[in-house]
Order: sequence, then C-alpha cells, then structure tokens
Amino acid sequence: MNASPSSPRWHTIAVTVENKPGVLARVAGLFSRRGFNIHSLAVAPTENEKFSRITFTVDIEGTPLDQVVKQLDKLINVVDISQLDPDASVERELMLVIVEVGEQRKELMEIVDYYCAYVLNEGDGKVLMSWSARPARLDEFEARLRPFGIIDMQRTGRVALPSLGT
Amino acid sequence: MTSSNPNNGGEALVKALEYEGVDVMFGLPGGAILPVYDPILDSSIRHVLVRHEQGAGHMAEGYAHATGKPGVCMVTSGPAATNVVTPLADAMLDSVPMVCITGQVPLAAIGTDAFQECDTTGITMAVTKHNFLVTDAQEIPRIIHEAFHIATTGRPGPVLVDIPKDIVDPTNPKSAMTWYDPDSVPMELPGYRPVMEGDPALIEEAAALIAQAERPVLYVGGGVLKARAAEPLLKLAELLQIPVVTTLMARGAFPDRHELCLGMPGMHGNYTAVTAMQESDLLISLGARFDDRVTGKLDGFAPTAKIIHVDIDPAELGKVRHYNVGIQGDCKLVIEGLIEATEKLGASAQADRSDWRSTVSGWQEKFPLVFEDSLPGDKLKPQFVMEQLRDGNPHDTILCSGVGQHQMHASQFWKFDHPYTWINSGGLGTMGFSIPAAIGAKAGMPDRRVWAVDGDGNFQMTAQELVTATVEDIPIKVALFNNSYLGMVRQWQEMFYDERFSEVHLSDNVPDYVKWAEAMGAVGIRVESPEEVAPAIAKANEIDDRSVVVEFVTDARENVFPMVPAGKTNSELVVDPSQQHLIDGDASDGNAGKGAAS
Repeated sequence: MNASPSSPRWHTIAVTVENKPGVLARVAGLFSRRGFNIHSLAVAPTENEKFSRITFTVDIEGTPLDQVVKQLDKLINVVDISQLDPDASVERELMLVIVEVGEQRKELMEIVDYYCAYVLNEGDGKVLMSWSARPARLDEFEARLRPFGIIDMQRTGRVALPSLGT
Repeated sequence: MTSSNPNNGGEALVKALEYEGVDVMFGLPGGAILPVYDPILDSSIRHVLVRHEQGAGHMAEGYAHATGKPGVCMVTSGPAATNVVTPLADAMLDSVPMVCITGQVPLAAIGTDAFQECDTTGITMAVTKHNFLVTDAQEIPRIIHEAFHIATTGRPGPVLVDIPKDIVDPTNPKSAMTWYDPDSVPMELPGYRPVMEGDPALIEEAAALIAQAERPVLYVGGGVLKARAAEPLLKLAELLQIPVVTTLMARGAFPDRHELCLGMPGMHGNYTAVTAMQESDLLISLGARFDDRVTGKLDGFAPTAKIIHVDIDPAELGKVRHYNVGIQGDCKLVIEGLIEATEKLGASAQADRSDWRSTVSGWQEKFPLVFEDSLPGDKLKPQFVMEQLRDGNPHDTILCSGVGQHQMHASQFWKFDHPYTWINSGGLGTMGFSIPAAIGAKAGMPDRRVWAVDGDGNFQMTAQELVTATVEDIPIKVALFNNSYLGMVRQWQEMFYDERFSEVHLSDNVPDYVKWAEAMGAVGIRVESPEEVAPAIAKANEIDDRSVVVEFVTDARENVFPMVPAGKTNSELVVDPSQQHLIDGDASDGNAGKGAAS
C-alpha cells in the first residue's frame, strides 16, 4: 500500500510549459527513464494560451527529486518550475463519483450535505456526485462513500497555486 | 547559392542552412527527404554522400569536434532516422554541437504506419538536446535558426529537425512560404536561457578556497574545450602552480608536455593523475561531470577533497558529488574570473604547495607508464606502436579513436599538446566512431593530418565509410590495431571471469584488411614486426591522395594498465604487473600513496 498522496513525502511540482504537441511526453519521459511513477497529473492552458501548466505529484524526494527538477528545467519547452510546499500553497482536486444508493439514500445524503458535495445525476439506484476540495479531504470523502459501494470514480489529480499569505 | 528568395520549404531549408554558415554536410538521400536534395544541387554547401547514416552522424560529430562549428547531417525518414540514433546519443553524452535534419512522411500520413515512417521525434527525444517536428513551411527558417542556436549555446548538444515531405515539396501547396531572414524574427524559445557569466561572489569564494589549498588539483573536463578555454586554463594553472588532470574528453585542453600536466585520470588513468586526485584536498572541477569512469567507486573517491564545481549545466552541479562551491557558467568566463580574483588576492595569499609538487613528481618518477619490449618474433605491443605513431607525426595531428583498448592506449601514450587534436567517443563508448569521425574532422580541417586509430572490432562496424573517403576525396590515415579480439572485453574476461573467454575472439585470418582497404580505394599496409612500424607510418604519411590503412598485428595478451577494477575505489588502482611490487613495497613501509603528502 502506497503512502497517502497527502503524506509529506509526496511532492507537488508545477511546471509551466509551452503549449505545444509533445511537451507532456518530454516531461513524462524524464520520470519514466528513471523508473519514477507520476502519481497524479493535471494539465491545462494557463491564463496565457501559449503556455500550459502541468501539476503533478511524485513519490520521490531528496537528491533524485532535485535531479529530476534540474533536468526538467533543461527541457527547452519548460519555462518555469515550482515545487509547491503544501503549507504555502492552495491545492484542490475534483472528483466525480458514482455510488450505489440502495436502501441507504438518507445516510448518503447526510454525508453529501456534510461535505457540501453536489449530486449531478441520479437513476437506476445510483447517484453521480462531484466534489472538489483539498486532496486529503477527498481521500476522507472517498473513504466515507466506500461502504455504500463505489461503482466508478475519477479524480483529476491535484492542481495548486502558491497561497497569498496566511 | 540557392535562390535568393525561396518560395518553398525545400529551398528555404537549404537556404537556412547556408544562412547558418554551413559549409559541409553529411548525408544520404531517400524518399521523404528527396525534395530537399534537389536544391542542394544549386547550393554552396558541400554535401558528403555517406555509405550508412550512422557514418553521417559521426562525421558531423568529428567535424564539430575538430572545427568547433556545429556538424550537420541530413538523412531520410524511418530506417535512416533510426540509423542516426547512435550518433545522436553519442553527441548528447559528449555535448557535441550537431544539427540533424530528417525527412518524414507527409503530414497526413504521419501516424498511419506509412512506408519508411517512424516516430522520429519520439525515438530521439531522450538522445537530443531538443528536437522539432516542423508542420508549417513558413516556420522553417526560424526553426533551423533555433536548432543551431540550441545546438551551439549553453551546454552544446545534438538537435534534430524532422521535416515532413509535403512542406518541402514544391509541387505540394503546403510547401508554399515566403522567405525571411531567420535573424529578422524573434526566436520562440521562452524556456531557453543559458547562463554564461558565473556569479562573481562565488568566483571570489572559489579563489579564496583555492588559495588555502595545499594539495589542489585542476580536474579538467570536456567543457573547457567546448568553452574554447584552453588558453585561460593554461594561465590559471601557471599562475597558481596547480597540477592539472585532463579527462578523456579533455585531452589536449592542457598540454601534455607541460610540467604541470599529470595526464588522464580514471579507470585507465595513470598512477599520478589518479592518486593526485585521491590525495587532493581540493578538486577544482572545470567542465567535468564526475563520471563513474573517473571517480571509481564513489564512496572512496577523493575522500579528503573539497570540491569547486564549475559547469555551464546547472544539473551537473552536485549531481554526483556534493560541492563546496558550485558555479554555473561558461568555463572560459569563470576561469578568467578566477584569474582575476586570484591576482587580486596576491601571490602571498597562496598556500605553500612545494611539498605537494614534490610528492606528485615523486609519483611521476616512480610510476611512469610502462610496457614490455617486443621480443623478436613476438606480435607487436600496441603501446609500442602508439609511441611510434606519436613520434612519427607532428604535434598538431588530429587523432580520432574508436572505443576499447586502442582508445585507452592512444589517450595514455599520445602527447596532446593542442586543443581539438583528440576526438573520441567518451560517454557513449561507440565502437566504430573513429573512421567516420576522422572523415568529418578531415572534411572540416583539410590541411591537417588526420589519423584514425581503430581496433579490428571497431573497424568492422564502420569501415565502409572509407569508400566515402575515397569517392569524396577526403583522405584519412587509419592505424588499425588488429589483435583478432574484442580486446577490452577480453581483458575483462581475463581479469574478472577467470580467463573464460566468451565470444571475444573475432578471427585470426579474416577479413584480409589489406585487400579490404584496397577494395575501398585506400592503400593497405600490413605490419607484423617492430622494425617495420616506423617505416610504415612514414610511408602512410607520404601518401596524400588516398586514404591509407596500416594494419598492425598486435599482441592480444597485452592489457591496458593501470586499471581501477569496476566497483573498486581509485585507491585500489592496479598498475602494470612490473610495477605492482612498488605499491606492495610502499604498503609495507607505511607510505602507500595515502597520506604521502601530509
């Protein structure tokens, strides 16, 4: 069992890249050639459509992490790299999840209300919900839903930005 | 010259290469790159037609090593592109500036498993500094300019530009473009900002650390040559009176005949170079990368040394060994900064290094490179042949090497007194590098004498490029060390696999190298006894209108010493068997290298 993605040894790295074909493969290649696994990955254009931001979490630290970051910086298409300290950044992740309701709709709705999640769709004894929160809170939410029976689930992987002071 | 105002991608590509100052390129045409070969007929660029695309890549590397200018090769798609993967990887590891143009199937056919299609940019991503897939003819001048800029600035390296056929084919509307001077548009490289200047505060810190050092060594790597910094290096070393080791990639960056030069360190380095680093209290690493072949077992490498690490590539700083002062910057600029900072400190600031100098010269006297004389009737000693080759050629001869025992013997026994006279495959260790690299070097430096030293295993990998040399009139000289074995592998099997020789014996009688050389239009000479060696070299040097292959039949039992066995520390260096008693003797009187300087 891997450590939870919220535990300290997971590092979140945000890489601003040129929004061009093949750039993601270049970034991912630096991890795969060293046998490192990318735990989560989110990519989308930034406010300037010439650039995209890739936010990923990896289970490496120390010298290997420094080395990968330096190698990332050498990629011609990489414009900027920041390692996001969880204590100094805001992290969010979105989850879409389908849960079996059966007899326990009321109990499920209590949880949904408690976490302020959204029911997007319902039918055939199933509920499709979405929620976005800190990744650790999503872990918690997911654990609460598990006893009901999770039919399908997709998490986006975290995105993050440095926080604006305390 | 191509048209002054190209209106299609193919002509624009050739004109863009002319614009970058390309005078020679190496290549072989094929389907996807055909439209670019048509305007080459009208170009000022000399195109050298190779026999195998790997040859084109290594020729471009040899050209770049010898001239300092980027080497250019051009090949078609698919198998041609995969054939240049080895030279690209070679250029990547040895930081050789090179631009490789590959043809690609038309845009609409990409991804359909079309004839001679492969994912060239995908395949070469890990072996290039950068690569481009051009999808718009209008971008060709700018991208070619960017490719040369990336290849030649910062830490140099290979750049590949993949060109789909339709954007260079004048019969296809997609090739339409309007020419512009590549310099007239901004480069679109927002993430590429090589840092040249070293931080002045760190340079001062480094100069102060050097001043205190009692047993310093200048550890000089290929980066010094890439930065054209041999001259300031000489000044720095003389100013500080610090001994210099030059790595396999830096041979010639500091003159071997200079009294401060200790020669090559590492697995097959000489005793003094290896031991001086081991015993040093400060390694001043200039454009070197603490390669495993230099450090030996890392835990035991230079245990008492502080480290000043200068490199243009920040990813090298601290990659292998922690540094005390790490300076990102161009070696030439940083060395000049160190000279200035040292002069500012004044001569009186420097620690007394006379003990260190005498310790080092003691090692040099005690442990010279040695080998046994050939007895009458014996096969030739490769070291003897190498010395004869060295003494039979001027100091500015360009020596290219393949990979293996002959490479190590060349580095050990040649005296490199000038930068850019030694060309070899250091990082990747590419067998077959020598002959095409020598052709590339000779194409770039036609007035210089170029010798390729090669082993018989290497020769059989790329010898066909001697046909290129003949047809293109680029005569080189080849010293072929034929010991009938994959010699370095044989040495390892002898030393580490109980002499169980597995798949290392090539053949005692085939091929006939003299006939082979002659079949390729070269002169072939076979040498089997010591007294024939010097005359054969002299004869080869008299022939200028054709390539010459001198086959030296050498003794397969001859190994390369000294040697640091893999996995051992550099303190466990194995010297020539005839010198081993000196080390053992030292150990018994408690004066074994270690602490000798204290």
